[in-house]
Amino acid sequence: MTLALAVDISLALLVLAVAGWIIAVRDTFGAVIGFVAYGLLLALVWIRLAAPDVALTEAAIGGGLTGALLIGAAARLRGTEAAARAEYPGALTRMLAAILAVTVTAALAIGVLALPDPAPTLAPAATASLAMTGVGNPVTAVLLAFRAMDTLLEAIVVLLALLGVWSLAPDRAWGGCPGPRRLVDPDGVLAYLARLLPPIGIIVGLYIFWIGADLPGGKFQGATILAAMWLLVIWAGLADTPPISRTWLRILLVIGPLVFIAIGFAGAITAGAVLAYPEGYAKPLIVAIEIALMPTLVLTLALLVAGAPQRMPLQ
Amino acid sequence: MNTPTLFGLCAVALVGVGLYGLIVNPQPLRKILAFNLIGSGVFLLFGAIARRGATVGMGGDPVPQALLITGIVVAFSATALAVALVQRLFDEAGSVTLAPDAPARAPVEPPDA
Repeated sequence: MTLALAVDISLALLVLAVAGWIIAVRDTFGAVIGFVAYGLLLALVWIRLAAPDVALTEAAIGGGLTGALLIGAAARLRGTEAAARAEYPGALTRMLAAILAVTVTAALAIGVLALPDPAPTLAPAATASLAMTGVGNPVTAVLLAFRAMDTLLEAIVVLLALLGVWSLAPDRAWGGCPGPRRLVDPDGVLAYLARLLPPIGIIVGLYIFWIGADLPGGKFQGATILAAMWLLVIWAGLADTPPISRTWLRILLVIGPLVFIAIGFAGAITAGAVLAYPEGYAKPLIVAIEIALMPTLVLTLALLVAGAPQRMPLQ
Repeated sequence: MNTPTLFGLCAVALVGVGLYGLIVNPQPLRKILAFNLIGSGVFLLFGAIARRGATVGMGGDPVPQALLITGIVVAFSATALAVALVQRLFDEAGSVTLAPDAPARAPVEPPDA
């Protein structure tokens, strides 16, 4: 057995063990902490699968942002834990669930072992057309040129999810600020970190965003880091979430998809197909879309974590 | 056994673990966690398939990798919406039980036998 395979096997077992912990542990807060660790372990798995772009996304969104969202929810819902334990299903349901889970796993495992060899791949096609887009990172080329439709729909889906979250606001708080008001010691460690980290985080976030054209990185990963910095400042009480009725906020939330759609439909005239780029202009148009999507993604991701509006702003 | 097959099998085991947790655990937040486990299992299987599509100069098929990034972001936004729904349920009802016969704020009278 080679060393690399030993590392892979240990990593796979560790991921499965943490997944088991997330399901089995009694305390929801513990399960959420397990989920953050799980996200970071999965990022290592993505590296082992030669997918550094996915690894960055998993660490930033799967572990970081989802973790922050769930830690907040677990803390607020802590009082419901005891009542829920009484609802735990009986041995028969648990056994049937286990049989179902094992059956599904076995069926999928047979599928994994029967995957065709050689594997079908679009990598040569992506390599062949990469030069036409002007970007050096094939994943970015897929996201914004070859499969731009997916990315456009995704930007809209994320925005729809935010509208869904906002629509859960009680009537009295509609148009108000998401999340509770933070009262934190202004000289505490959190406030200190919220002053120290954002300058570094903003540089790192913008760098990851910019480098995404040619190396692993991109707008989603960069936007997540910027969103995390904003949330840190909010949670430390140094700034407040903006009321959702603000015009500037709403303009920034839709500007990314609107620019994307405008450039996409312009392609129907200039390049003969929707979301096609005229020859020689692919790179600047891709960069324009990414820059327009950036504020939209930062705001949407952060406000998804902040949750539904709960209160009106102080006058 | 090579790396993609190993992580492919790890992925399908994650789907199984998540499915069990989704059915068995009564708390909505734990169901959201379990659902995310299933989702990450599906993503990981897709990633293993992407790795199998590696060619000269490329560690994996970039098309599934790009779709995975899209998928992770969409899974996050769906999770945020689900958490907001649970939070609203808690604010309205004072509990987060999904049991169909559970009492809301005040216990209801049992029906006549």
